[in-house]
Amino acid sequence: MTMQFNDETFRGDYTYHNSQKAIRRFPFPFDQDAYMYSVNIEQHPGGPEGSPFEVMFDVDEHYVAEMKDREITLAEDPLRCQSLPHMELAGWDLLELIMVSKARDYPELFTLHRDGNDWHWINKPLGIEKKFTFLDPTTLPCGPMEYITRQTQGDFALLHERDGNLWMDAGMVTSQADWSLDFDVGMNFFEWHAPVPKARKMGVFDKALKFLLSVGQDQSYRRLNWTLTVNPRLDTSPETYHKWGPEKRSVTPENVGRKQFLRVELQTFFRLPRSNALAFPIRCYLANLEDLAGQPKWGRRLHRVLRDIDPTLAEYKGFAVNQEMIVDYLSQFDDGAPTSPGIFPDG
Amino acid sequence: MPKTEFSPSIESRPTYPGLTSQGSAPAIMVADAAGAEALVDLVATDASVMDHAHVVLIAKAPELAAKLTALTPKALHEAPDLDAATPLVTQILDTAKMGTQLYLAGSEGVIGHVSALAFARGLPMEAIQSEHRGSIARRMQCVHCKGITEDVTTDPFVCAHCDLTLFMRDHFSRRLGVFQAVCVDAETPGVVPATEEIRP
Repeated sequence: MTMQFNDETFRGDYTYHNSQKAIRRFPFPFDQDAYMYSVNIEQHPGGPEGSPFEVMFDVDEHYVAEMKDREITLAEDPLRCQSLPHMELAGWDLLELIMVSKARDYPELFTLHRDGNDWHWINKPLGIEKKFTFLDPTTLPCGPMEYITRQTQGDFALLHERDGNLWMDAGMVTSQADWSLDFDVGMNFFEWHAPVPKARKMGVFDKALKFLLSVGQDQSYRRLNWTLTVNPRLDTSPETYHKWGPEKRSVTPENVGRKQFLRVELQTFFRLPRSNALAFPIRCYLANLEDLAGQPKWGRRLHRVLRDIDPTLAEYKGFAVNQEMIVDYLSQFDDGAPTSPGIFPDG
Repeated sequence: MPKTEFSPSIESRPTYPGLTSQGSAPAIMVADAAGAEALVDLVATDASVMDHAHVVLIAKAPELAAKLTALTPKALHEAPDLDAATPLVTQILDTAKMGTQLYLAGSEGVIGHVSALAFARGLPMEAIQSEHRGSIARRMQCVHCKGITEDVTTDPFVCAHCDLTLFMRDHFSRRLGVFQAVCVDAETPGVVPATEEIRP
């Protein structure tokens, strides 16, 4: 079956929308009726057929529109894509991983022919056909990380391993939940996570770093993270906060169901073969409360999670100011019935 | 003025444990007026630390320069401010031998900026020591326009480049040698909290 791509925007008139199919496969992040930090790591890929966990790099109906949005963001602010000089090899590793995975998992959309280092890449949805020499940067229009991540949904951080730590030494970041690559590039794992409240004391970062350092070749894992965003805006960057900030205060009891989005990050980890770097894709999925509440289990659970969440986390995730309206709205979907375990919708 | 004690903060915020002599290893020392006293105290613990030391004093203070010269460093360089000192410090770092120790003393701006220059030239973190003395003013980068405002002592403050009103975060970039500053009234333009003097 050929995939249909939405004609939609993530800014301005915000025409972003989810089909029924996209809602059903949404990576709902809560496996129980309460939330606190955890390392919650699982093997990736692997999951029910049609879910966003099934293949390495999920391609969905938002693909083409998301790549257009990235292009707009990069044109306005080229610092959203940076790679310190020693990270070019990791960029080639990432390019290989993505091209090979996509050509295997979506043969009707992507094709990769390889003859030694002579590669021929065809990306049908974006209308790209490119012959280039693998590991020769002069044969691509930009660096390898930038080249492939302009064609792949989600943000990307490339982490260099040294001194028993991970260093964020390269990245493509245009759909971030309010953090700055330009500021954080070159930081180690603890430094770039420093603004996250509570988690360090809980030992979450020590455990997570230990786990990540032990990820070996041919191993890959995932976890889900989440926040809330007003309007389906991919580019909620600190750089542009003074431009999108006022929208956060535009929520009313009448529009909250359509305007308030759950923003889920599917974070994956891959050890890269030549550079020994870790690739850390952060894929963003957006669905508004109205669409989510269409799945009765999710409506009930989301109400309970957001009602009972630790106030520090509501503040850090930036929705404290709208929390009461959100919880009031969701309460109509919560009849008090028990919910089934796990993240997937019922029926 | 004694070493500054800061209240506990987040992981990315630098700490300044103080200077400890690494003996007569080749050394670069950079201090502002308040930091010069830390160098005097350092030499009091071990005079040999000056044997192969280039000292850069960032201050318009001849009497301090005389005091440091009396400690008999290999060379003493004077610069009126951080901007003026940058080409000199860069040159000394670029020609530094393996094993050179970097001693930084004074305000967060001096320590942060010179550390960033040193990191960019591949000096290992273990070779850099710092001691905070004097003003607790911060060197702040506006996350919106990327301009750096020096010597900020209030929160919020106005960006010297784009005029947005910014609040201070403790989030610090060693690569840039700056703290991060973010628009304080982004969600409610014009609603700005009262200005307060910062505390250590």
